Amino acid sequence: MKAFTLDHADSSASAITAMAAGARTIAGGTNLVDLMKLQVEVPDKLVSIRSIGLNDITQDDDGLLIGALVSNADCAADTRVRQSWPLLAKAILAGASPQLRNRATTGGNLCQRTRCGYFYDTTQACNKREPGRGCAAREGFNRIHAVLGTSEACIATYPGDMAVAMLALDAVVLVDGPGGAREIPIARFHRQPGDDPSRDNVLEDGELITAVRLPAPTGGVQVYRKVRDRASYAFALVSVAADVTMVQGRIARCALAFGSLGTVPWRDAAVEDLLVGETPSPALYTRAAEVLLKDARGFGANDFKIPLTARALAATLHEATKG
Amino acid sequence: MLTACVNGTDHPLPSDPRRTLLDWLRDDLALPGTKKGCDHGQCGACTVIVDGRRMNSCLSLAQLHHGDSIETIESIGSADKLSVLQKAFVTHDGFQCGYCTPGQICSAKALMQELSDGWASAVSDDITVTPAITKEELRERMSGNLCRCGAYSNIIAALEEVLADHPLHEGASA
Repeated sequence: MKAFTLDHADSSASAITAMAAGARTIAGGTNLVDLMKLQVEVPDKLVSIRSIGLNDITQDDDGLLIGALVSNADCAADTRVRQSWPLLAKAILAGASPQLRNRATTGGNLCQRTRCGYFYDTTQACNKREPGRGCAAREGFNRIHAVLGTSEACIATYPGDMAVAMLALDAVVLVDGPGGAREIPIARFHRQPGDDPSRDNVLEDGELITAVRLPAPTGGVQVYRKVRDRASYAFALVSVAADVTMVQGRIARCALAFGSLGTVPWRDAAVEDLLVGETPSPALYTRAAEVLLKDARGFGANDFKIPLTARALAATLHEATKG
Repeated sequence: MLTACVNGTDHPLPSDPRRTLLDWLRDDLALPGTKKGCDHGQCGACTVIVDGRRMNSCLSLAQLHHGDSIETIESIGSADKLSVLQKAFVTHDGFQCGYCTPGQICSAKALMQELSDGWASAVSDDITVTPAITKEELRERMSGNLCRCGAYSNIIAALEEVLADHPLHEGASA
């Protein structure tokens, strides 16, 4: 690892002060330490936010507030999450390993970086790691890469599960920073690469995630389906998060989010609009997939994700609507 | 001064922030039972128990553990006095080369606490209730520990024996 300094903040305010002076935050470190060992990330200064609080889950009439430092394991084990937002618990439990979930945090998970092999390999061209250097993945081994939201500069996916469930649940990311506190709907938190893939999300310099808020549950059936190369402990090739409410045999409300399909956790209102009011059927699922994937473009090794997503969507909708 | 408690004894944490928890345990505290496999959080050989929770010591910086209580394999048993879990691994041939075994044992010990606490897993049919303990549950819950010798089925057999012989509140301290 390249040399760095490590300070320990005792409050959000002291963390934000350290960040204003150029420090990067570290909490669980499960992604950042890995990337630092490979010198993909080379921060000069780190500030530990392990002792600033923000590690409670609280419930009120507006929903659930999950502190940024709540571990993934604690979030998935929380009785309220399991009862009322099971989609989130299922998505978290589908990711990583028990050891990693014990260490990884809610805020850190949102900010985890892509697992594109060219991003990880400093001998390869990667615009996300080194803007302007090119993208080796476009012509390379791109089996895990995105088919939606890509740009000339980058085709890397956001790899996580937790944020996909949060997207289907209309979560809001609460941040604090030099410009004051603000709330960012999770649908606008992650950024598509465009011509600047180095920025994964819309956090400004010095902004700290303090919590994630889940609105009150919809009462729908919540399903998380993850398709991957191994039965456990592997990133998704495609995942589908669904929250579907049926009334008298028809889809009354429907929220669908997709992981490892696009460059960001993916949600498409046109797909949901098509489904609402309809009676579930394989033909309907096919039409929904056609809308979802009309702009999808593979890069060779990941072409399979397009039909795979159509099938994963059909299976998820069948499970969520079968009653 | 930053300190952490390892196997019941307080130790000052290293001055170099680059020191991982794993390297600190092995190289500075001379506790080589915890193993370095991949060093990237993918194999689980470095699993230790921090404040009752299993985690990958390779992916954590030692200085982040101020005030923490850390248990390594050295505190779980010794050659002369094997723990219940270790005896079961021997009985069921839950290893061949043994390199992953300290991580497997630490992981299994913490797993019993998680079961005791009613945690669900990705294969639980109904995550709103305490899941039944099945082979499938145990396999899923041990998936963070790789064994290149492929002793998986015997590791699961060892866990099943311990769980059958020791109700969970005892199993948690196995």
